[in-house]
Amino acid sequence: MTAPVDPSDKFAAYAHPERLVSTAWLQEQLDAGAGSPDLVVVESDEDVLLYETGHIPGSVKIDWHTDLNDPVQRDYIDGAAFARLVGGKGIGRDTTVVIHGDKNNWWAAYALWVFTLFGHEDVRLLDGGRAKWIAEDRAITTDRTEVTPVEYPVVERRDEAVRAFKEDVLAHLGKPLVDVRSAPEYSGERTTAPDYPEEGALRAGHVPTAVNIPWATAAAPDGTFKTREELDAVYRDGAGIGDADEVIAYCRIGERSSHTWFVLQHLLGYENVRNYDGSWTEWGSAVRVPIAVGTEPGEVPAR
Amino acid sequence: MTDTTAVPLPGSLAEIRDDFLELSQQDRLQLLLEFSDELPALPDALRGHEDELERVEECQSPVFITVTVGQDGDAPDVVRMHATAPREAPTTRGFASILAQGLSGLTATEVLAVPADYPLTLGLNEAVSPLRIRGMVGMLGRVQRQVRALVGAAGTLR
Repeated sequence: MTAPVDPSDKFAAYAHPERLVSTAWLQEQLDAGAGSPDLVVVESDEDVLLYETGHIPGSVKIDWHTDLNDPVQRDYIDGAAFARLVGGKGIGRDTTVVIHGDKNNWWAAYALWVFTLFGHEDVRLLDGGRAKWIAEDRAITTDRTEVTPVEYPVVERRDEAVRAFKEDVLAHLGKPLVDVRSAPEYSGERTTAPDYPEEGALRAGHVPTAVNIPWATAAAPDGTFKTREELDAVYRDGAGIGDADEVIAYCRIGERSSHTWFVLQHLLGYENVRNYDGSWTEWGSAVRVPIAVGTEPGEVPAR
Repeated sequence: MTDTTAVPLPGSLAEIRDDFLELSQQDRLQLLLEFSDELPALPDALRGHEDELERVEECQSPVFITVTVGQDGDAPDVVRMHATAPREAPTTRGFASILAQGLSGLTATEVLAVPADYPLTLGLNEAVSPLRIRGMVGMLGRVQRQVRALVGAAGTLR
């Protein structure tokens, strides 16, 4: 059984209000006794230990790096591994999954995007994430969550709809492309986010024609998503995406751009949005792909 | 510098490594969390001067370190490492705490002989991920560089 939709006015203005829940809504559900297998709260943080320092009672942790990435190949886990992972967290195919995390839900959005690759129907973000929940003095515990594993079907991962590969980006040049990294990464001054470790891209700059809208532009100061009107101003008008049919977003490894993917797909309702997870760590090291440097998007290269 | 390959790992660091290795993956995370909780506050003399400490760029969270050699009543070549990192960054705090506990009290020569890959030997690659462990490798490198600069300036090492 899926949980009811959060009826908040703010969410009603988004294209898909059912993809967000407020802290108050979640509190209400938990107080009413909602839990696995109907509703499971997942925490996904940048810091692998943050969950252990205190988490929403009954919630489980999924780590972007140790759980969702294939340990050998640069890819996501397969259907069997996903079924083992989420089934072991008490998540069934019909479970309402509410994901939240640190840093404006950056990694939470990444986890949600991976759930989407497996076609999990009802997966939502907690608006404002971990920081808002704690700021509102809501319950946090260090008690280990007792999970009753459930059966999750082995579903083949379907990448086409929401995942772009390097060849897709090359074929896409000239259509809306959003680079969600920081300004110095976009212009080519650096290859990693300020304050982040160097993670090996041989060249700096951006994919020609990409506009630069840093991912956190979508977040309000309290870490919640900006309103529909504000987001329209940023992306539809500001980034010139308008009513485009197809959009691709990228960053460095596809995590920050998952956040923007969520905004474009679920809050603004673009039909065909893909996240290029190879992103700059692939593009910036690939042989003979076009690169633009400086603060301007640049031209579509002649073919 | 002489060849350091034959220098055995100092007891403090070997003990921390062995403590991690004898645990299950999940319990290794708990031990890292305990280290995180044990990271001592900065000594009074450094408090309020965080901006003068060195930022560890390899870590994803704001962590600042500094090193003293032969201060606060220590013998002239004894190293102390101090670090500060926010509560919201427990992994980084844990890394700093392991190094602060394992390195403080060693001589400068011993600190400089610690292999650069010590963080990779703690058995945390699976539980924490190699990418994150790189933050601790960077932190160790910065400690060693500070120690080298301090002993070089004072001429206490050889």
